[in-house]
Amino acid sequence: MYCLIAAEAAIFVILIVAYLFYIGKSLSGPTPAILHVPVLFTVCLLSSSLTIHAAVKALSRGNDRAFGFWLLVTIVLGAIFLVGTAFEWRHLIHDEGLTIQTNLFGTTYYTLVGLHAFHVTVGLLALAAVSIFGFFGRVGKADAPRVDVLSLYWHFVDVVWVVVFTVVYGIGR
Amino acid sequence: MSIISVNLPRTQPAIPIVDKLHQWVITVDHKRLGLMYIFYALSFLVFGGIEATIMRIQLIRPHNDFVSPQVFNQMFTMHGTTMIFFAAMPLVFGFANYLVPLMIGARDMAFPRLNAFSFWLTALGGILLYFSVIGGYGLYGAGNAPDVGWFAYAPLTARTFSPGHSTDFWTLSLLVSGFGSIGTAINIIATVLCMRCPGMTLGRMPLLVWLNLTMAGLVILAVSPLTAAQIMLLVDRYLGGHFFDTQAGGSAVVWMHFFWVFGHPEVYVLVIPAFAFVSEIIPVFSRKAIFGYPVMVAATVAIGFISVSVWAHHMFTVGMTSFGNTFFVLSTMAIAVPTGIKIFNWLATMWGGKIHFRAPMLFCLAFLFQFLTAGLTGIMLSSAPFNWQLSNSYFVVAHFHYVIVGAILFALFGAFYYWFPKASGRMYSERLAKLHFWLFIIGFHLTFDFMHVPGILGMPRRIYTYEPGRGWDAWNLIVTIGVLFQAAGILAFVGNLLWSYFQGKTAGSDPWDAWTLEWSTHSPPPEYNFETVPVVKSRRPLWDIKHPEDPDWKYE
Repeated sequence: MYCLIAAEAAIFVILIVAYLFYIGKSLSGPTPAILHVPVLFTVCLLSSSLTIHAAVKALSRGNDRAFGFWLLVTIVLGAIFLVGTAFEWRHLIHDEGLTIQTNLFGTTYYTLVGLHAFHVTVGLLALAAVSIFGFFGRVGKADAPRVDVLSLYWHFVDVVWVVVFTVVYGIGR
Repeated sequence: MSIISVNLPRTQPAIPIVDKLHQWVITVDHKRLGLMYIFYALSFLVFGGIEATIMRIQLIRPHNDFVSPQVFNQMFTMHGTTMIFFAAMPLVFGFANYLVPLMIGARDMAFPRLNAFSFWLTALGGILLYFSVIGGYGLYGAGNAPDVGWFAYAPLTARTFSPGHSTDFWTLSLLVSGFGSIGTAINIIATVLCMRCPGMTLGRMPLLVWLNLTMAGLVILAVSPLTAAQIMLLVDRYLGGHFFDTQAGGSAVVWMHFFWVFGHPEVYVLVIPAFAFVSEIIPVFSRKAIFGYPVMVAATVAIGFISVSVWAHHMFTVGMTSFGNTFFVLSTMAIAVPTGIKIFNWLATMWGGKIHFRAPMLFCLAFLFQFLTAGLTGIMLSSAPFNWQLSNSYFVVAHFHYVIVGAILFALFGAFYYWFPKASGRMYSERLAKLHFWLFIIGFHLTFDFMHVPGILGMPRRIYTYEPGRGWDAWNLIVTIGVLFQAAGILAFVGNLLWSYFQGKTAGSDPWDAWTLEWSTHSPPPEYNFETVPVVKSRRPLWDIKHPEDPDWKYE
């Protein structure tokens, strides 16, 4: 999983470099100034790192109920983040007229944030699979290392968001 | 399942061919997957070779019209893409798959199903690339292959300049096979780090395993940027994005950077396994342990590190700052240091040894000489002013073919002959192997030595024809004649493999009197590899078993 994370990190590095390189290079259309900082959704995503940590802790102690609870909280927090991205994109497309074709800013913004959102989605699907297995009582103490590997991925997705957030909503604006 | 087939290997009734094939398709065994990688790569090697031959026939004399300019463009694109991604990489992965678990005394790779998945992704990538020949224009019904060059510079790849779907097939096939490569790399690293047999410390691993570990790390660092770049290209082509669209503020140079961030480490992804084969074959055929094992490992890892910081030496003519030029000149030249260390260590291994000139060793000796020459022209090209003069000329083509054919392919041929008895259980024909060696080395030098000259005389690469009277004619004729010898050599090679597989003498488990673990099990190895888990006390475990009075571990 560390190797996969290294490979994924390299992919994101390339896209982030592209984003940074193309800041201010758009010839026409909206600029990053139209972005609103999604504070609430960022807090949701980042705190989901804590909840999945709590879930793995609970599982390795054999506390299945607490594990299920924290896992569900993680999924809900991740889903809220995705919904937030959806609303943000709706606002950008409908009210500001920014699509992936509009200009360079649109291309880089949607690709970078979209790739991250895709990773969140993959993580959510994996978490949902674990919770379905857990619901049927198939996830026990012995599976803690496996769930820990999944939590590594989820932490990685959160760390990437810290970088993407800094680049897109901090430096980029 | 495995136990049954092991206890009754010869008495089973013959399995119908369909069942046999079915077992190959569903296999997760690292040896079978390794062989499948190798067969797959060999067939693409033949495709790529045919494309190269077509190009050379076209260039045999000025104003030749063997193929049209359009077809010529498709040929060099397909030749480059095929050879790098679907011949060289799968060959390297095939050998890594087959040998790494055997050499570290493991039963299989760490993730056997991921292994099978990676292979089929790579296979799908190659099929996608060649499907473009019939599907390039999709519904228009006219076939077309990618024709944008193997590095597919922007903005030529934009929708405007590459209509139809041929470029989409190119980018999708690289994206898909890239995921396969990353999967294999993850697998190799996990196998090496977690699956070693008792006593096999990192410092006792065979050099081949160390070098493949470095290779896998480089794949992760190098192929991922290519994947990201292909995603951007797809966004540009399908969603109307502007990453590489210069009219909307995008930059074509960014594609170059992203491609070469992949492209240069890729050379080392291919050449480091070649080093690995040579590091195993030379000691065995010199009857001496490898000279300077720790330094060899350090030099390999150093090459891996430096190689990710040299990519822009492909771009001196693009126009960078003088600081950028200086940095990439120096970092490129710095690679010569660890590489030189390795060459001296191989020479020192042979020094004073009792050298057996069998086919694997012959190929390794040729490797040493040719890799040195390729490195020297590499140092010439790494200096920016020289590069401005010769960039995109046939000198560059000759240089990198010297690396890829003269070094990598020669080492691969050596590896084929060295491990053929292990994989098939039979000896190859030494006479045919020597014929292959001499035909191929004559052809190689005719083609690629003389290819440097028209480059210095100003012949650019990728031209489909040229004017007579520029001093290029005779050189191009010689270059094309060399191709005939190489093709004959390949015929001898394939003939040898086929003949020996059916008619060769039984090899026994250890025909070379070698020292690494793969020779301690049967030839071909059973599905479970080792009957008992081996325990290792030195870098040459089989030496310890064969010479209990003078074991290696007393001296390490």
